[in-house]
Amino acid sequence: MWETFKEKFYESFIVEDRWKYITNGLRTTLIVTFAAVILGIILGFIVAMVRSTHDKTGKLKLSNVLCTIYLTVIRGTPVVVQLLIINFIVFASVRINTIYVAILAFGINSGAYVAEIIRGGIMSIDQGQFEAGRSLGFNYLQTLRYIILPQTIKNVLPSLANEFIVLLKETSVAGYIALQDLTKAGDIIRSRTFDAYFSLISVALIYLVMVMGFSYLVKLLERRLQKSER
Amino acid sequence: MKKLIAAALTASMIFSMSAMTLCAEEGGTLVMATNAEFPPYEYHEGDDIVGIDAEIAAAIAEDLGMTLEIQDMAFDSILAAVQSGKADIGVAGMTVTEDRLKNVSFSDTYAEAAQVIIVTEDSEIAGPDDLVGKYIGVQLGTTGDLYSEDIEDATIERYNKGFEAVQSLIQNKIDAVIIDREPAKVFVEENEGLKILDEAFTEEEYAIAIAKDNTELLDKVNASLADLKESGKLQEIIDKYINTDTDNSEEADTEAVSEEATETESAAE
Repeated sequence: MWETFKEKFYESFIVEDRWKYITNGLRTTLIVTFAAVILGIILGFIVAMVRSTHDKTGKLKLSNVLCTIYLTVIRGTPVVVQLLIINFIVFASVRINTIYVAILAFGINSGAYVAEIIRGGIMSIDQGQFEAGRSLGFNYLQTLRYIILPQTIKNVLPSLANEFIVLLKETSVAGYIALQDLTKAGDIIRSRTFDAYFSLISVALIYLVMVMGFSYLVKLLERRLQKSER
Repeated sequence: MKKLIAAALTASMIFSMSAMTLCAEEGGTLVMATNAEFPPYEYHEGDDIVGIDAEIAAAIAEDLGMTLEIQDMAFDSILAAVQSGKADIGVAGMTVTEDRLKNVSFSDTYAEAAQVIIVTEDSEIAGPDDLVGKYIGVQLGTTGDLYSEDIEDATIERYNKGFEAVQSLIQNKIDAVIIDREPAKVFVEENEGLKILDEAFTEEEYAIAIAKDNTELLDKVNASLADLKESGKLQEIIDKYINTDTDNSEEADTEAVSEEATETESAAE
C-alpha cells in the first residue's frame, strides 16, 4: 500500500519534473486572477457610477441602458461560454496569447458582479448624506467624491475581496481555451499518469489553501475596518 | 422524518442497484469508454455513437454474448475509467505506449494509424522538422500530445477536443495540429484551406485498453479480435468507414483533399 502510494507520488510529481506543471499552472492562475480582478474593478466601478448616477439624478439614460444590457448578458450566461465566445468569436483569426484572452474574459465577467457590489454600496448610503453634501454647496460629483465614496469603499471592501476569491476558483475553466492554469496542470499530469488521485487532490488542496489564506486576510481587513467605527 | 428516512433508503437502494448493473458479468453489459469526437473511429450520429471502434466493440460484445454500453467522456479520463472499473474496455483509437502499459493492459492491435500534421494550405511547414519553435495544437493526453513534447522550442497548446485545436488552426491562433490520420482527414475535408502533410509525425497501432487485473476479459477480447480478423469482418468494418473518400469527391473543392488522402493512404500500406 505504502509502496504504491510512494510510487504514484513519484510518478505524479517527480518523473519528468511534472511538479513544474503545477507551479507554472499556479502562476498562470494567480496572474489571470489578479489581472482580471483589477480589470473587473475598473469596469465595475465605471458601470456602478453610471448606474447609480442614473438612479439618483435620472441623467445618463443611454449609458444606463448599455450598462444594464452588459449586466444582464454577463450575469445571465455561464463564464465558460463567455470565455469560449471571446476566444473563438471575438478573437477569431487573431493570434493572441490565451492568457490575455482569459484575463479579458474573466475581467469582463467579474466587472458585472463588482458593478452591482459597488452600486449596492452607494445606494446603501443614507439619502440624507447626499442632501447634506448638496446643502454644503458640493455639486453631485463632489458629494460623491468627498462624502459618499469613502463610506462606500469601506462598506464594499469585504465583498470585493470575496469576489476575488470566487474569481480565483472560477478561473479553473480556463483550460477550455488551452490555457495551462492550475486545473489544467492537474489534467495534464492525470493524462500522463492515468492516476486521478494525486493530481486532482493536490490541485484541490492548493486551491483550498489559497482560498483559506485569502479568506483569513479578508477577515483581518473586516476587523480592521470595524475598529475605526468605534 | 420517517418519510425522509424511507426516501433516503429507496434512493440508496436504487443507487446500489444501478451500481451493480455496471459490473460486467457473463451475459451482462460490456461498458466501453470512449471519446466520441474522433471521427471516423467514434463520433455522434443522431442519438448513437458510431464509428469503427464502436462497431468493433459491438462485434466483440456480440461474440461474448454481452450487450454493449458506450460511455462518452474526455479522452484523458478513459484510462482512469478502465483502471477504476467504471468501464470494462477503453476503445478510443488508443495507441499502446509504455506509460499507458504501466496502468492498463492492451489487447492485440486492431488498426494501423499514424499521427499526422495538419497545416493551413499556405503554410511554410513542409515536414516534422519544420515544427521547431512553432505553436502546435494537440488534444490533451493523445499520443500527439506526448510526442510533441520532444519538439524543440515549440509551444504546445493542449485542447480538450481535437476539433478545437483544428478550429484554432483555422483562426491562425496556432501553426499546426498534430492528430491521428483518420480524424485529420475528416477535419481537412470539412474545413477549407487546410492540408495534411505527406510525411507523418509518427506511425502507430491502435489497441483496446482493459484493466490490469481483468486478464479473463483480456483473453476473451483477444480471441474475439482474432476471430474478427480471420473472418475478414474487422477489415470490412474499417473499409466501411475509411475507404469512402471517392464518394465524397463529388464536391469539386474536395478533390485535392481526397487526392492527398489516397496518397497518404498508400503511404500507410
